[in-house]
Amino acid sequence: METDAPMSLNTSAKTLPATGSEHSATAPVSIHDMTVAYHRKPVLWDIDLDFPKGKLTGLVGPNGAGKSTLIKAVLDLVPKASGRVTVFGQPYQRQRHLVSYVPQRESVDWDFPVNALDVVTMGVYGKIGWFRPVRKPHRELAMAALERVGMADYARRQISHLSGGQQQRIFLARALVQDAEIYFMDEPFAGVDAATEKAIIHLLHDLRSAGKTVAVVHHDLQTVSDYFDHLIMLNMRVVAAGPTREIFNRENLRKTYGGRLSLLDQAAQAIISQS
Amino acid sequence: MQFKFWILVSLLLVGAPAASADVMPLMRVLTLQDYNTRVVVVGILLLGIAAGVIGSFMLLRKRALVGDAVSHATLPGLCAAFMIMASMGGDGKWLPGLLLGALVTGGLGILMVLWIRSQTKLKEDTALGIVLSVFFGMGVSLLGIIQKMRQGHAAGLESFIYGKTASMLAGDAMLIGGAALVVITTAVLLFKEFRLLCFDEAFAKSQGWPVRALDIVMMLLVVTVTVIGLQAVGLILMIALLVIPPATARFWTEHLQTLVWLSAITGGISGLIGALASALVPNLPAGAVIVLVAAAFFVFSMLFGSRRGVVIRFFEHWKLSRKVGRQHLLRALYEWVEESSGTGPDELAAERESMGISFESLLPERSWHPRQLRRWLRDAMGQGNIYDGSDGLFHLTREGWSEARRVVRNHRLWEIYLIEYADIAPSHVDRDADMIEHVLGRAMVDELEALLRTRYPHLAMPPSPHTLSLAGGRS
Repeated sequence: METDAPMSLNTSAKTLPATGSEHSATAPVSIHDMTVAYHRKPVLWDIDLDFPKGKLTGLVGPNGAGKSTLIKAVLDLVPKASGRVTVFGQPYQRQRHLVSYVPQRESVDWDFPVNALDVVTMGVYGKIGWFRPVRKPHRELAMAALERVGMADYARRQISHLSGGQQQRIFLARALVQDAEIYFMDEPFAGVDAATEKAIIHLLHDLRSAGKTVAVVHHDLQTVSDYFDHLIMLNMRVVAAGPTREIFNRENLRKTYGGRLSLLDQAAQAIISQS
Repeated sequence: MQFKFWILVSLLLVGAPAASADVMPLMRVLTLQDYNTRVVVVGILLLGIAAGVIGSFMLLRKRALVGDAVSHATLPGLCAAFMIMASMGGDGKWLPGLLLGALVTGGLGILMVLWIRSQTKLKEDTALGIVLSVFFGMGVSLLGIIQKMRQGHAAGLESFIYGKTASMLAGDAMLIGGAALVVITTAVLLFKEFRLLCFDEAFAKSQGWPVRALDIVMMLLVVTVTVIGLQAVGLILMIALLVIPPATARFWTEHLQTLVWLSAITGGISGLIGALASALVPNLPAGAVIVLVAAAFFVFSMLFGSRRGVVIRFFEHWKLSRKVGRQHLLRALYEWVEESSGTGPDELAAERESMGISFESLLPERSWHPRQLRRWLRDAMGQGNIYDGSDGLFHLTREGWSEARRVVRNHRLWEIYLIEYADIAPSHVDRDADMIEHVLGRAMVDELEALLRTRYPHLAMPPSPHTLSLAGGRS
């Protein structure tokens, strides 16, 4: 019934009910009845979702809707009040190596004494294992990832000397080097330049062609239809989830963004302009 | 200078031939012929290195002050251990026992800081302040009780507050040096893990690294260094040995590995000199000397550090303002020629040699102070971009002309870029105009040039005559 059929784009648009939905056993990531609270104040209510395989999924919603929190709760970075997360049908804790995370750029201190290559190499620390130092083959892997995001020339540059967009690409490269199946990206498009935006889109398409599953927290409603096949509209609860072309409409936008009229107008324009 | 060198050399030659009985005391100390002194000096050297290493990570984890809370929190443990040992019949001053007590309350202090921070909305500095003062207060009360308990017995415990190496025995120093070696080895083994933890805790956690356990290990290393430093440096000054060496090293490098090395060396040398000074002058507390030596390193680095030192920053600012001034001058001259000849850029080529401008007509082109303008002109003449013609006018030389053209072109492209792409430009505006191709890419620059030609024909100029290298033509 409410199962997100992963491969079909033409299932009818649906608004998931809060509870009781069944999950596809093969879904890359399934969130089961998850609730998250900070200091007794609930941030996310009864989230019940599947992320479809091989799709670019966008996560949109107003500020404070819990977009970043959703990702962090999935990755066990913030505690869940209830619910659980499965990755390909298994508990997330056992499947961590399949999941890659791109945090918000502002979440770290870019004045840290490392260069771009050092940061990307952090993506293979797990493969290197305890106590062993970073060696040449690991740096070569990192170099290859830097090339994929067009940053090979900057490998030895100290990270504080990179522009915002370049820093974002370093973070993407660090996620790529893990060679995961599932990618969670927290606002990779925030405050980046044109070149980086293009590089990221290119990369997202690459990942999709390789059958990877990608979920991206996104802010810009104008570009939602261009970038994402699948969409989750969030405002503490899941307002709507499904193929972008089916659920990205005025009705759902109003439910998600409430009375913010200027935003609605902006979104309406976006919808009109693409149809 | 030679003396210091001699100290270092003699340290390397620890196993030097035994001294004859008539050696002066000074030489005895400096050549480390006294077994006890030798062990104590090496022990404190290792302590300094360990503090420098673990301090680097604490600095980057922005927890530099945790060491201060730990060191103050050790006092009640020291006193309690003393009381227990004394009540069991010993003299209460057995060092391993005292340090064990210090370790317990020091660790407890850290746990309290973390607990307060996680359970309340108080910030870490507040938690540190509370824990530091409360534990220290407890320690001071216990000291008072001990002094009442049995006269004279507590003498010596105070030395843990200010640090004293004079009474240190070889066995004590070996314990200190051994523990320092354990700390150094652990930090080296976990170098990669600590780097990840300090840089991006959330990412580390998402990768399945046991972030909390790593944090505890790091804290344990800090507590250990602090505790073994109590006797030599004293609990009040111990924080200096954890904070000053890494802060000093930061002025010299942008690379973590180098940072840790430099910090270790700074800490080690400070410890070494402190221990030697204290051995030479019996009443001189080693802790104070260690801090002062480290502070000397810090002040020197702050001024002359190659990466972030005050002098280098000042110099770079001066270089930049000079470059901007020169570029403004060239642009003013170019645009003056462009305007007053009223011709297209190509026709300008033939005329340009003959055109000169007087100082007075150049001055209003920009908001220059006459003295400033004279300085930029002198600079540009020195670089061969401008010459002072026999007519008393300033002319662009051939090189000056092509340089001016390059500068004007880049400036105009940047201006177009900012106008057309204002929403995405902010991450680039601080870039040097020389590097426009490097920053924006060839395709973007072509696009901008096309825009410049169509929209602003009166400003149009042909593309750069020479290809710009990555270094941006700063020849």
